[in-house]
Amino acid sequence: MSDNRSIVVRHVSKTFTLRYHRTLKQMSVAVMRQQELTDSFLAVDDVSFTIRQGESIGLMGLNGSGKSTLLKMINGIMRPDSGKVLTRGRVAGLIATGAGFHAQLTGRDNVYLNAAILGMSEAETRRKFDDIVEFADIGKFLDSPVGHYSSGMFARLGFAVAIHVDADIFLADEVLAVGDRPFKRKCLAKMQEIRDSGTTLFYVSHAAGSVRKMCDRVLVLEKGRLTFDGPVDKGIAFLHYDDDEENALDTEEELDEEMGADI
Amino acid sequence: MSATAAPVPKRRVDAPLQAPWPEQGLLEVFRHRYILTLLVRREIAARYQGSVLGLVWSYVNPLSQFFIYYFVMGILFGRAQRTEAFAIHVFAGLIIVHFFIETMNAGTRSIVRNKSLVQKMAVPREMFPVASMLVSLFHVVPQLMILLVATVISGWQPDPVGMVFAGLGLLISMTLGTALALMFSAANVFLRDVSNAVNVLSNFVRFGVPMVYPYTLVALRFRGHTTLYLLNPMTEAVLSFQRAFWVGATSDPAHTATADMPPHLFWLSIRALLMCVLILVVAQRMFTRLERRIPERLL
Repeated sequence: MSDNRSIVVRHVSKTFTLRYHRTLKQMSVAVMRQQELTDSFLAVDDVSFTIRQGESIGLMGLNGSGKSTLLKMINGIMRPDSGKVLTRGRVAGLIATGAGFHAQLTGRDNVYLNAAILGMSEAETRRKFDDIVEFADIGKFLDSPVGHYSSGMFARLGFAVAIHVDADIFLADEVLAVGDRPFKRKCLAKMQEIRDSGTTLFYVSHAAGSVRKMCDRVLVLEKGRLTFDGPVDKGIAFLHYDDDEENALDTEEELDEEMGADI
Repeated sequence: MSATAAPVPKRRVDAPLQAPWPEQGLLEVFRHRYILTLLVRREIAARYQGSVLGLVWSYVNPLSQFFIYYFVMGILFGRAQRTEAFAIHVFAGLIIVHFFIETMNAGTRSIVRNKSLVQKMAVPREMFPVASMLVSLFHVVPQLMILLVATVISGWQPDPVGMVFAGLGLLISMTLGTALALMFSAANVFLRDVSNAVNVLSNFVRFGVPMVYPYTLVALRFRGHTTLYLLNPMTEAVLSFQRAFWVGATSDPAHTATADMPPHLFWLSIRALLMCVLILVVAQRMFTRLERRIPERLL
């Protein structure tokens, strides 16, 4: 029986410490007033799931529910306090576009840097350079410092690099929030391509519409706990469970359209 | 529980299922050589982007220090009359001291400054202090060129023994600089005071080595009790570099090598190098322990 598990998360927890007072003076004042110096915050609470190669998963939940933390652990940036995270193959994370973009360097240099950060070798980057530039569609700005780019161009370049990494696992964290409609359309089409090539897709978003289009399985996090793991329609219904009866699925499209996230 | 049927994998991944965080450690940094070179290049390019004089500024600092030391210690205090080729003595030491201090200071801040990369990039984090060291090393080369011009004019000729000493001097500085950069960069994430403390430490380094004064002064004043002074690896590094470049520029190199240098300098330098390697091992251990908590502390 061949093992085609792609991501394995077993009883993973992560706690952050919130420090209220930093300097010695603040700390002594707090002690005298009998206030708390630190407090811990359980960001991810005993989460377990298994994802097989080729699945496309939507991760949904309110802000602060632990999505980004979970994503960072899968990406290998943070380590869980307990439990284990296992991945197979190359992981490309689009945690935030423009990671490592240095404002003074040109777009060209930043493409190489960003590609290296995402795990591409120099030869590979050179091979895919033209495709990346074509996708980003920033024209002659490629050779001017990235600091001059608009936020849309920034996002386009970052996404263009990440989307060409040919990863085995592709993590996308709310990256389509920045960008106009044509860009979002292009990105989603490309992500569909990636999905069709068998890459595991792990997509974090608030826009139920795009999750429905892209994913076949949904994970819902609430205050760090995994409260739902199942098919996409049931998942989205689960999310709207707490809504008023009137705010049923038929206004979902309207909400998405307001946010510009209906693509 | 997953209710979906298992999709037929169109993509076969020939890799084991393992933890996604990269292995840490200095050896791993060399495995990620390509990113390291990009980081170093980025650092160097970014430093001089937008400035007219550009690379010239990396000379201005050490050269201005040199002139100040030479004027105050050499002319005002009169050391130039008592030490032959005092200018070369100072400048040779300055190259090493400046390299070490730059590595230490930039290295301490390296992780905090690269906050965005550390939080988004799955690479061994030792890479950042090591990149700082390499950037400082890059600046040693042109300074060395200036030194060579001065020494050749004074009648210096390259000799194999001297080159060994030069290599030793650089190696000691690189090792100790990287070790301290490792330790301090991790500590700095948790306590930003560390970068200020390192600044203070830098002053001790500047005057705790025989750069602006010759070793003979120490040997004279603390006759018989120079052990502690010689325990400092940077002393050996500076002395080795001076042995390589300054001794040959004096009128009687053979005499200077024995009279103005501590006895058994070669073995002292080897001992210093071994000490630095040990410190590096300790620093690596400490970095590994602290590294786990770095991403969340950088927020």
